[in-house]
Parts: sequence; C-alpha cells; structure tokens
Amino acid sequence: MTVNPSGWRPSTPATAQGETQTVTGNRALMLEESLIFEIGTTEQTGVDFAEAPKKATRLNGLERNREIGLPGLSEPETVRHYTRLSRQNYAIDLGLFPLGSCTMKHNPRLNEKVARMPGFADAHPLQPQETVQGALQVINELAFWLLDLTGMHGVAMSPKAGAHGELCGLLCIRAALEARGDKREVVLVPESAHGTNPATAAFAGYRVENIPANAAGRVDLEALKARLGPDVAAVMITNPNTCGLFEPDMKAISDAVHAAGAFVYCDGANFNAIVGRVRPGDLGVDAMHINLHKTFSTPHGGGGPGSGPVVLSEALSPYGPLPFVAKMPDGSFKLVEEENAGDEHPDAFGRMVAFHGQMGMFTRALAYILSHGADGLKQVAEDAVLNANYILRSLSDVLEAPFANSGPCMHEAIFSDRGFADDVSTLDLAKALIDEGFHPMTMYFPLVVHGAMLVEPTETESKASLDQFIAAVRSIAERAKAGDPSLKAAPIYAPRRRLDETLAARKPVLTFREPEAAQAAE
Amino acid sequence: MRYLPLSDADRSEMLRVIGAGSIDELFRDVPEEARLKGPIHGLPMHASEMAVERHMTALSRKNMVAGDVPFFLGCGAYKHHIPASADHIIQRGEFLTSYTPYQPEIAQGTLQMLFEFQTQVARLFGCEVANASMYDGSTAMWEAIQMAHRITRRKKSVISSGVHPHYVSVATTMAKFTEDALDTTLPELTATTDVERLVAKIDGETSAVVVQYPDILGRITDLAPIAEAAHAAGALLIAVVTEPVALGLIKSPGEMGADIVVGEGQSIGVGLQFGGPYCGLFACREKHVRQMPGRLAGETVDAEGKRGFVLTLSTREQHIRREKATSNICTSSVLCALAFTVHLTLLGEKGLRQLATLNHARACEAAERLAAIPGVELVNDSFFNEFTLKLPVEARPAVHALVERGILGGVSLGRLYPGAEKLQNGLVVAVTETATDEDIDALEAALKEVAR
Repeated sequence: MTVNPSGWRPSTPATAQGETQTVTGNRALMLEESLIFEIGTTEQTGVDFAEAPKKATRLNGLERNREIGLPGLSEPETVRHYTRLSRQNYAIDLGLFPLGSCTMKHNPRLNEKVARMPGFADAHPLQPQETVQGALQVINELAFWLLDLTGMHGVAMSPKAGAHGELCGLLCIRAALEARGDKREVVLVPESAHGTNPATAAFAGYRVENIPANAAGRVDLEALKARLGPDVAAVMITNPNTCGLFEPDMKAISDAVHAAGAFVYCDGANFNAIVGRVRPGDLGVDAMHINLHKTFSTPHGGGGPGSGPVVLSEALSPYGPLPFVAKMPDGSFKLVEEENAGDEHPDAFGRMVAFHGQMGMFTRALAYILSHGADGLKQVAEDAVLNANYILRSLSDVLEAPFANSGPCMHEAIFSDRGFADDVSTLDLAKALIDEGFHPMTMYFPLVVHGAMLVEPTETESKASLDQFIAAVRSIAERAKAGDPSLKAAPIYAPRRRLDETLAARKPVLTFREPEAAQAAE
Repeated sequence: MRYLPLSDADRSEMLRVIGAGSIDELFRDVPEEARLKGPIHGLPMHASEMAVERHMTALSRKNMVAGDVPFFLGCGAYKHHIPASADHIIQRGEFLTSYTPYQPEIAQGTLQMLFEFQTQVARLFGCEVANASMYDGSTAMWEAIQMAHRITRRKKSVISSGVHPHYVSVATTMAKFTEDALDTTLPELTATTDVERLVAKIDGETSAVVVQYPDILGRITDLAPIAEAAHAAGALLIAVVTEPVALGLIKSPGEMGADIVVGEGQSIGVGLQFGGPYCGLFACREKHVRQMPGRLAGETVDAEGKRGFVLTLSTREQHIRREKATSNICTSSVLCALAFTVHLTLLGEKGLRQLATLNHARACEAAERLAAIPGVELVNDSFFNEFTLKLPVEARPAVHALVERGILGGVSLGRLYPGAEKLQNGLVVAVTETATDEDIDALEAALKEVAR
C-alpha cells in the first residue's frame, strides 16, 4: 500500500568514503546479476527429455516457423541466477516489515508443507467429485471457521484476492437490489479508503462519491446520514480503518445505511486487528472480504497470489457466486456448480473465476486457523494491537501522531511529516530506514494525513525487534527535523541507490530488447 | 503459542509504557456489546504442529492424486512435470515472504524477475509488451474485453464457441453489471470452429472478437482471417491461450494478428493445485500499454547510473487513480509468475520445443488408439495435446465408470455444458509428457469396456 510520489529525480550521488570499485561490480556478498537474456541461449536447457517419436503432426499447418527468443539455462545456472536475485529482496524472513495495511506477519512453514501435500497440490479442479472429497472438505471447513469468526451467514470462497472479493461483495449487493427492482447508482466511500474500494465500485458499474472523515480520523456519521438516500446502493467502510482506528459508530452507521435501503460493505483488510475478539456480523455488516494473505498469513509472495473469500449477511447470501461447497446429510461434500446449481441456488449471480478459488491458500489458511485455535487467534489480535500501540507511544514524542490524543490505535500506528525540516520528506525517512536494515512503513497513505507514515508491526514481532525499530526511527526522525541533507542520499547500503521512477514512466522499457534492436528503436 | 514471540512479562512491560491498565483498554473504541467475552465459541483451542499436520494429511489422503493414476484431464489446467529446482526457488524466503516491490532499492530480485517474466510472456505470445501477471486466465480474459472497450469505445464483443465455458461465464457475470453486450454460443462437436460465425457477426459496433487457441475441444484454428476481419471493422482480436506449452510448436497469436493475448500460465511451473492459485498472463501491443490493467515492471537507472527496475506506469492503477483506474486489481500472482519464469528459463527455447513435441506425439498416439475403439469417434482434425472424443454413450457416467477402474480419463462436456444435449457424449482427453505407455494402454482398455 506504499505510494511513491512521481516527479522525483535522483540527487547527486554520494559515494561512501574509502569505497573502491571491484572488477566484477560485485561487493562480497552483494552480487550483481545479469538478465537471463544476457546469459542464456536458445540452445541451452536445464531439462532433459526423452526423444519424441517421429510422427506426422496434426497442427492444421500452423507449425511455428520462427524462433521465439527464449533463453535457457542449465540447472546450476538457473538456481544461481534466482538465488542471487532473491538476495536483493527484503523479506519478513529477514526482518520487521512494517507496511501499514499490508499485514506482513510471519508465514509458518507448516503451511507450505501442507499446501504441497499431493492430495491438494496434485489434484485437478475438474476431477470427479468422488475423487476430491478431502479437497472439498478443506474448503468447507475453512468456510465454516470463517463464518464462526465473523458471525456472518454465508461465504463465497472463490474470489482471488481482496479487490476481487470487494467486487464479489458489490455484485451480491447489486444482485440483491435488482432482485427487489431497485436500481441504485451510487456507492459511498470514505476519503481514507484503499484505492481498490473506489476502483471496484467503478468496475461494478457504480458512481463513486466520497464521504469525509471527522477530526478524530473516523467516518463523519452526520455527513454520511445526510448523504444517504434512494440512489445509494452501498457504503464501503474499512474497519478498523486505514488510520488504524476502530469506527466506534459502526453499528449506528449500519443502522442508518439499512434504514436508507442500502447495504454495508466492510473492507476486511484490517480484520487481523479484531479476529477472535469482535465479529463483524454483530456490527451490521452485509459483506466483507477477508484477505487470507493478511489475517491468515498465506505468503504475499512478492505481490500475490492472495485469496479473498467474502462473508455475507443473510440478505445477501442467496446471491453469492458459483461454485460453492455444501456438506451433505451423509457427511459427504458436494461442489455446487453449473451442472447442479439450478434448483438449489437459483439466484446466484454467476461465476467470478474459472474453477473454485485459491485452493493453495485455503489449505494454508486452514492450517493457520487450526494451529492458533480460538485462544491463539484472540492473542493474535491482542498482540498485534499491543505492538502497534507500543510503537505509537514510543515514537509520538519524535513524530507527530495526528490521532494519538483520541486514544489507542488498533493494529497500526499513523504518523505525519509535520515538524520535518522543509526539504525533508516522508520518502527520505523511509529510504533512510532501508539503510538501517528495515523495510519502510507505508508512505503517503492514507491520503487524509499529510506525508503519512503507517506502521503495522504485526503480532509476530518480538519486543526486542520492536525496540530496535523504534531506536532506528527515532534517530532518523531527529535527523529529519534537523534537516540533515544526507537523508536525501539514502539508501546508500542497499543493492541499488534511489531509482529514477520518472525516467521509467517517461520512456517505458517493459521488456528486454537485444542491444541492436534497442538501438534501432531509439 | 509457537508463532507469538511476546512473553507475559513483555506484555506487562509494554502496557506500562503505553500507559494502559489492560489489553482490554486498547480495545475501548469497540462498543462493549460487540466485544467477545472469551475465546470465540466453536473453534478448538490452539494445536501443535504435529496435530495440525495429521489432520491435513488425513484430508489430503481422501483425494485421488493425479500422479498416482493414469491421468488425462485438461480443459484449462494441465499436468506437466515441474523441475524440483523451480519449487525450491519459490520457497526461498526472500521471494516467498516479500511484498509487492514498492521500495525498489530492496526489491530488485522480484522486479528483475518480473521484467524477465514480462519479456518471456511477450515473446511467447508474439506481442510487444506483457504485464507482471493477473489472477488467472479467466479474469485476464474479462480484463482484456474491458481494455478493448476502452480502446475502441465500443461495448459489443463476439466470443467464439471454443472459449472455455468458465471463462465465458466470468465474462457473462461481469457483463451483466457493466452492460456490455457479449455474443456467445455453445460449441458443436465438429472438426472446425466457428470462424464463419465470428466473421459474420463483426460489425461497426464490435469492440473485440475473442478466440481461444487451441480451443476448449483442443482444435487449432488459423487466427489470421479473424484478425483481418476484425481489423477491417475497427475491432480488436483477443486470443486466449489456456495451454501455453502449445506455443513451443505452433505459431503465436500475436504473429497471426491478435491485438491482446491473455492466458493461463498454470501449465508452466505452477501445478494443478485443484484450481488455484494460477497465473494470469496478459500481453498486448505497445501502443495500447496505457490501457493495460495490472502491474508493470520497467527498466531505469539508479542515482549512480546503475541499471535497476521499478514498478512503472502506475497512474493506470487503483492506488493512484482510484475510481478512474484501468482495473481494480491490486494483488496479482507474482509467486506463480516466479514459478512460471523459472520453469521457462530451465526449459529455454530448446526445452520448450522438445516438451511441446513430446506432448503432441503422445497425444497423436493416444488419439489414434482411442479413435480405433468401436463406436468412438475423434472429433478433431487438428489438436496439440488435447482432443475431443465422441463416445457412443454419455460421457459423464463414463468418466465415473473410469474412476471405478482407477483412471482419471478426461473431462466430460456434460460437466462443462450441463443441459446441452448435443454435447453430452463428448469427452475431452489431454495427454501430456506425464502419460506413460502403460497409462494409455489402461485408458484404451477401460474405455473399450465403458464405451458401449
């Protein structure tokens, strides 16, 4: 959820003192690595195949007659290439990864092992149902616990990620409204919402209107009530919200929305703050997606895959998409899809994906839930909130915390750039954190806080790790306030110095071109 | 609890620093009546790693494992051998436990890998540019239809009957809400696809023609005449590839004039995984790149002039453009893209061609033998590693009868097209390099019993 503002140009390079150039460009364990297109050839391969029997082809005369241009590498070269690349990445396994709203918590390795069990990893989605009862049971068990944890009525398991879940929820709302002959056009979204909320509402064919926040960083209930009317289909609320605050008026918001004939969509990106302690169903929510890759710790993998099941209220459940898994009276499991849905699920709005959703994430999430149990999940929420408040209190004397006076935060702490010297920005502080061995926090989001820094430590950080992070931020914050010009040069110790994002956007180079071809295109 | 590092002493000390008397005080914004009093009801208490592993193993064992039996299923998900090194690399913590590369100075591993992935996908599809992955093939196809609508400013698309029915279903679902017009129809058990229908349907309001290559029945159609007809009317050609291994042997859609090529990357490196996560592939012409959905890695330089990579053209995306974004997509399938790119790097051009040749040869042999069974007809004239048989009996019960004989024999069209009477005897059979001679023998023998 970090946003790099565009328009920035690299500043004058500052070379560390005493540094000498090496012949290779490598610096001990910091190893440079070329592109596969520069080191591989189309004749090299890392896979051995048996000779194919010579047979006439049946390709309709469409045999490929020119080279694709795919370089190959032997296995040792391949392993080395990607291992070298991997070492240029920061990761949770290396240290605290405090990206607000992203929930970068430890990924238990048991879950990787479970997802690779042959009955899950090596089963085809269209196998006859009698051959995949265990896989269907996983989906059903996970669905059951998601309902238990949220206090909701139904769940659509197939959405592929959070934004896809948002889309699913809005489509359920739209289907429910249309079923009662009510065509509404507007979705209300708070200013502080994730960008996916307004984008999803537009993707689902709605017009988006913003609702303002009050001085305490919460939805302005009176402004919301004033805007509700017969044209409003839904209100999308993130709770806890993107400032890391619980919406104390949530029930009143829901009641007002329902009274106006609209539905409440809750962005569940921050469910990890309340899991096992608060059930969204008790707050009047009609639909909420759950990022299994946040709250239930399926790995982020550098940007996915995610998984975004959507829990639904009783009013919306009939409209959920196909397919879904039902438990039969005899204890077997049934995948309800096109061929058998007709009578049982006549109002389903259709299919959102091929097949049945992110099975590999379901197995991991189920193992996570069973490992933690009711007591462990409650502790997850409590420790996540405790860690965030510890950071909030430990930094609020050096960084401005705009909402600290209104009380504790939930799972993430927000700070602004107020008090920084004029020419020092949030970006500079973030880049300096890289040199200290930390991934920066979310920057410039949410938009309602100037130069926002959103810090989410998660529950899987020890106190020692938090203390080290706090010490680093304190030191950089002091430099930022004093206007230390060296902050502009950060990071110095990362595999790369600041990268020129403006150049990348102005003259996009999105694929590799052989030097001759690239020159010809100039 | 093994995943939680804080001790009770830590917790007390931290509460003291915060100035709170108890954890509950930190939850004071939550209305009293919404706070659960104790651990949530129903869910058992925490469990040891051994206990959870035991439970999950028991569930895994209730499934028939593709690799344990003669296996011939395809229709959008294919069983190929995945080199051990590919799965090893995607489990490296620096890839597995990193986030979307928003801080490029410490994410060059993911960014360079994505740049390489984009190049591989673009070349494989015969396009100029590709993005850093989508959720899967089906959602990529809908995004392509939407992208074509933005480019042409028209809202009508013609979809070939040979497109995977789940993909069509996703598009139909979405079109209901966006009020796009989709012209769809069911396939027929014939050797050729519906090229004539597609060409006849194109008019001045057509935004895009959508064709799958090879199609759901395994047939391979020359896309050039369709591209020509589409372009003559100012429409775009969208090609959908669900089995990218085929492109080791047959021409790419881009080469034949497709403007947008989307696909499912599952068959290279990702594995079956009961349907997900998979890897959506998305490529197009360079002139349309600003209408493209999803993330893009691009080359640039750092402050010392060294080559590096960043996410770029993000003004198309939801986190900048909000409701005016080209798509709402945020998380994509980067780890699956890594599996895809590692496997394709191991293969290289030579290995991909060998793999494709082997698949085609196995499929040709199986098709010949199965079509020789009395009463069984081969529908296809052309195919890559997947073809359709017309059985003398309904295929749905035949598939179950094959399971009773320990064989996963194919996908019945009855499952994919419930209620379509003319398709009920259709069985789609995929034969990859993983099928042994014994597997094909077993299917032939069993089908002889079942198909009568």
